[in-house]
Amino acid sequence: MTAARAHRGASTLTIAGLRAAVGGKEILHGVDLELRSGEVHAVMGPNGAGKSTLSHVLMGHPGYEVLGGSVTLDGVELLGLATFERAQAGLFLAPQDPVEVPGVPISDVLRAALVAAGRDGEAMPDTLARRMSDEAGEIGLAPAFLVRALNVDASGGEKKRIETLQLAILAPRFAVLDELDSGLDVDALRAVARRVERATVPGSPGEPGLGVLAITHYRRLLDELRPDMVHVLVKGKIVASGGPDLADELERTGYAGYAEPEVAVAAIGPDPFGGLFS
Amino acid sequence: MSGVLQASDVAAFGEGVSSSLPGPAWLVARRLEASRALAVSTLPRETEEQWRYSRIDELDLGAFSPVSDPPAEPAPTSGAVESFLAAVGARSGLVRCSGGFVQHVDVAESATSLGVSVMGSAGLADRPEHLGELLADRADALTRLADAFSPDVVVCRVPAGVRVEEPIVVVHEVGSERDGAAVFPHTLVVLGPGAVASIVELLVSGDERCLVVPLLEIDLGDGARLEHTSVQQLGRGAWHLGYQASRIGRDAVMRSFLAALGGEYARQVTSSALTGDGGTSELLAVYLGDGVQTQDMRTFQEHVAPRTRSELVFKGAVADTARSVYTGLIHMHRGAKRADASQTNRNLVLSEGAHADSVPNLDIEENDVRCSHASAVGPIDSEQLFYLATRGVPPEVAERLVLLGFFDDLLARAPVPGVAAYLRAAVAERLATGVLAAPGALSSTGRRA
Repeated sequence: MTAARAHRGASTLTIAGLRAAVGGKEILHGVDLELRSGEVHAVMGPNGAGKSTLSHVLMGHPGYEVLGGSVTLDGVELLGLATFERAQAGLFLAPQDPVEVPGVPISDVLRAALVAAGRDGEAMPDTLARRMSDEAGEIGLAPAFLVRALNVDASGGEKKRIETLQLAILAPRFAVLDELDSGLDVDALRAVARRVERATVPGSPGEPGLGVLAITHYRRLLDELRPDMVHVLVKGKIVASGGPDLADELERTGYAGYAEPEVAVAAIGPDPFGGLFS
Repeated sequence: MSGVLQASDVAAFGEGVSSSLPGPAWLVARRLEASRALAVSTLPRETEEQWRYSRIDELDLGAFSPVSDPPAEPAPTSGAVESFLAAVGARSGLVRCSGGFVQHVDVAESATSLGVSVMGSAGLADRPEHLGELLADRADALTRLADAFSPDVVVCRVPAGVRVEEPIVVVHEVGSERDGAAVFPHTLVVLGPGAVASIVELLVSGDERCLVVPLLEIDLGDGARLEHTSVQQLGRGAWHLGYQASRIGRDAVMRSFLAALGGEYARQVTSSALTGDGGTSELLAVYLGDGVQTQDMRTFQEHVAPRTRSELVFKGAVADTARSVYTGLIHMHRGAKRADASQTNRNLVLSEGAHADSVPNLDIEENDVRCSHASAVGPIDSEQLFYLATRGVPPEVAERLVLLGFFDDLLARAPVPGVAAYLRAAVAERLATGVLAAPGALSSTGRRA
């Protein structure tokens, strides 16, 4: 562990008024979210709500255009930073469908990432190999994947285990998990969720737990990875936020009730307009 | 420059010069024959099918003259040769040629005692069997030029059933520091039935302008197995027009690996003729171009006999204003029943000014065959770069990782492990100092601010 990490306290990731477009079409219409170290927040929403756009925009994917708003990590604006700088600042994205990188083993990627972050000690081949092997054991990833090219010839479940292994070793402050449960069987989902959950537990003093933004279509993931907060994203806006119960409610009622943001707000609480229009 | 070669501006390549070269009578006679054929040949033109996309119209033979005496030793490239030899490791033989002259031959007694013979023309009283046969189908003005002015030839023979334990290394140095040296290395490899051997060739020059036309002929007897590795690391002033032809007998296996890294204009013709039932050829190549380099690859997979198999994978990357050309033909001759051929060519184009052409061709005269080909030209996948960036890997490091990864599956298949490691390091160094040296070399490939 480096001195830099030992001294860091609890962190906050703040998304404020985030607006973004793809191909000239506005998808996110002003997203507000605040996430602290050790917290698990779920963002749920129907297809087309902008869930994937949110994850890509947070990480700075070049295909998305930011129209307004801000994303700060402990007050540092991330939107002006290159993707690798956001990662070095402590943000991690586990994409829905991790791409294959032919000819490049996981260890090379992790070593390059650790060295770039000034964590040379952790990048030492023996140290890294031991940690990778330990993590693979815990996550249930076959050792063969540690020497194979990244994500090549891996099943959906294996790819998510590989993501989790990288997350565990890179130990970011915040992780955006985009549909982590897609392609996972029950056992894999449990193993992966357990490892992520363990990362959220604060370590020694000054070692805050991982903050998690779990973007998901289904509740399934949330049975394994218990959220502190659930946000409902519909048509590019957070239309409702609440405790874990909100996920249960969504399971019963679906997203139909949130078809229009105005209706959605009314459905979960007192009518903001005091019944004036009802 | 065009037309018949006896034009006055190529006086340096006249018959008189050819006949003044040393060697045994058969070699002198062979040169004379080639020299006469050359005199009525015309240089190829870019309008010809085999020379489309090439730079042959730029070739000014008048700027070159043959090396007619063995260059002084040590050659200026001896340092590079030493590090290559160290990387190869254990070997069963070493041949060192400079300016096309065979200067040293050293073969392990463990090999010579089994009848393995490696020598230059000085040791050969008679014209070696098969010499010139294998390239006959590809003969053109340039192979005749090489035949007319090649001062020597390396002949490597492995008798039937003999297995050579370690690689035999053949080093070709241009050797001459004279501007405009023309060098014609010629190598013949003959494996008897059931023989097993590995040949490693290195081709190097300094930075002077030179013309290098190497000929390589390979004849594999029934059931023979050959691994051939060729590393082309010529200097940036070199024009290289290389020819490799092999004939593969019944159930014989050839694995050929080419790394084309150097030269200003470097063209390589690779032809394998599967003439015996059940023969196999594996043709692999990596090529890199940056600056103003052109890498020009021409391949022929000739399936003559039934149940023959060939697999070809050529991968290249070009940066700056470099170009690459790949044209490949799978030719299924009538009677090549149940033959199976695959051809893959992939190219990464790393900057806007760089360009790669990829042209696969099929000529199928037999119904009962399998053929597949795949060809791709494009930038580095921006999704791969984004993915690595999400891990915190800076773009220039990510680009290098992806590029090395692109070549790695091929490099891992280089026949000699030491050469694989050497090439991995050479490619990595090029990526660090050459191909990707220019800041923002990849700015056109999809990374947007």
